[in-house]
Amino acid sequence: MNYYWIGVATLTGIYMIAILGVSILTGFTGLFSMGHAGFMAIGAYTSALLTKTFHLPILVGVFFGMIAALIVGLIIGYPTLKLRGDYFVIATLGIGEVTKLLLENLQGFTGGARGLTDVPGGVTFPMVLCFLVVIIWGLSNFLRSKQGRNCIAVREEELATASIGADVTHYKMLAMGISCALCGISGALLAHYMEYLNPTMFNMVVSDQLVMTVILGGCGSLTGTIIASMILVPLPEILRFGAVQEWRMVFYGLLVVLVIIFKPSGLMGSKELSIEGIKKFIGRADKKGKER
Amino acid sequence: MAQQEYILQLKNVVKRFGGITASNNININVPKGSIYGIIGPNGAGKTTLFNMITGVYNTTEGEVFFNGKPINGLPTHIIAEKGISRTFQNIRLFGDLSVYDNLLTACQKNITYSFLDGILRSKKCRLQEKEMAEFCDGLLEEVGLSNQKKQRANNLPYGMQRRLEIARALATRPKLILLDEPAAGMNEEESAELSDFIRSIKNKKNITVIIIDHHMDVIMSICERISVLNFGTLLAEGDPDSIQNNKEVISAYLGVDE
Repeated sequence: MNYYWIGVATLTGIYMIAILGVSILTGFTGLFSMGHAGFMAIGAYTSALLTKTFHLPILVGVFFGMIAALIVGLIIGYPTLKLRGDYFVIATLGIGEVTKLLLENLQGFTGGARGLTDVPGGVTFPMVLCFLVVIIWGLSNFLRSKQGRNCIAVREEELATASIGADVTHYKMLAMGISCALCGISGALLAHYMEYLNPTMFNMVVSDQLVMTVILGGCGSLTGTIIASMILVPLPEILRFGAVQEWRMVFYGLLVVLVIIFKPSGLMGSKELSIEGIKKFIGRADKKGKER
Repeated sequence: MAQQEYILQLKNVVKRFGGITASNNININVPKGSIYGIIGPNGAGKTTLFNMITGVYNTTEGEVFFNGKPINGLPTHIIAEKGISRTFQNIRLFGDLSVYDNLLTACQKNITYSFLDGILRSKKCRLQEKEMAEFCDGLLEEVGLSNQKKQRANNLPYGMQRRLEIARALATRPKLILLDEPAAGMNEEESAELSDFIRSIKNKKNITVIIIDHHMDVIMSICERISVLNFGTLLAEGDPDSIQNNKEVISAYLGVDE
């Protein structure tokens, strides 16, 4: 039982890395992607094949997985990010599907639809936690830096961003690069945790869930993204128990619809959760109580 | 006259959109350190001119010089980097961000630390961020928006949004600032206040100002030279007095008796 929950927590952490990446792209820079699971797949297969064939340590594999996803992401981003937003969405939709189809059909190399077995394992929960802490720290610094502010400016108003001297395409590429690199890391960790890979692990449903979690957490809120991933990623597992078992996917859908209806800006809106904010909130609630 | 004295020169500039000529053979010379007005009826091609200067559109023919160097054909962000900043006719703020963040974002041109410095929050990054924070506080004070520092830009009243947009343009520390109808929708008192504000920008910061507006009281009181556009062509050019007495200008604006 205990092992089971540590497993759920590890998977949640692994997916959270990818979701944080998508949060930078979608939540902060305003670009929607429907195929980021494809970049997870690139990271996963690169790392798995490298470590399996050359017997490299898994962390080296994770590094190369990240680099591979980053390079492919930038190659896709360069021509498409200059286009209007909707074309970019279509391009990412394409890349997600193409990646999956390539993995299915390059049988000698990737194992095809039967999957890739005997991937070296060794990813543990503390390791994922270390990755998460470093990534969240780095991203929150990034968002407070010049480069992060320029990405947010691109989301807000492109022409104004250009007229303060920031290259819009450059900052879109930056956001794309960050999101692809993080998806690559996430995919690689997943490979070494599951010790088995299959193209269906990276289909469009996964891409959708990445974006959906960001939106439900609140576009433009890093803490919102973190909270939403902690709820939504393990949700199907939480609902696995008791009488709700057969209905879990229905509950999942219902929850998503409820958030969209009652809190369209997402759980956190564009605000960040901070200790100061919580104190203020409690202070206000306290005051209200006393007035009554 | 020597070329150095003009900060901006437009030479035989033409802009065609398909079969429509929006700007036809425009020649304008803006002296350094002046306030220059561009007026004309609606659809005369004033904003098109601004869009060509800032690289939003390329010119079809002709050349634009900034400090003696050609800038037409360059992308908008490069032109902004060279020191031309602008405001927009339909306000384009970073609406969801606070007043303060609008200014802080616009300071990016003068921040030199790298992406890696930002992620690791290095000493260089912290130092520059502190410097910029002080600069933005000072600028807020100067434009009179200190009390609105934390407010969302979209929630500001209209006049303050205009003011914030000018402040954001100033935060890039430009040499030349283009104001596209800054007094639109303002009453007499507000536009008089704006006139003082623009004059103080020019005097205190030594910035050249080009202004498009329909408020003649604003234009006539602050501009040293004025160009009048009508149907994409330059109708007249001169100081406020000569423009006010120019028969062609009067007929373009008011119509003439047959």
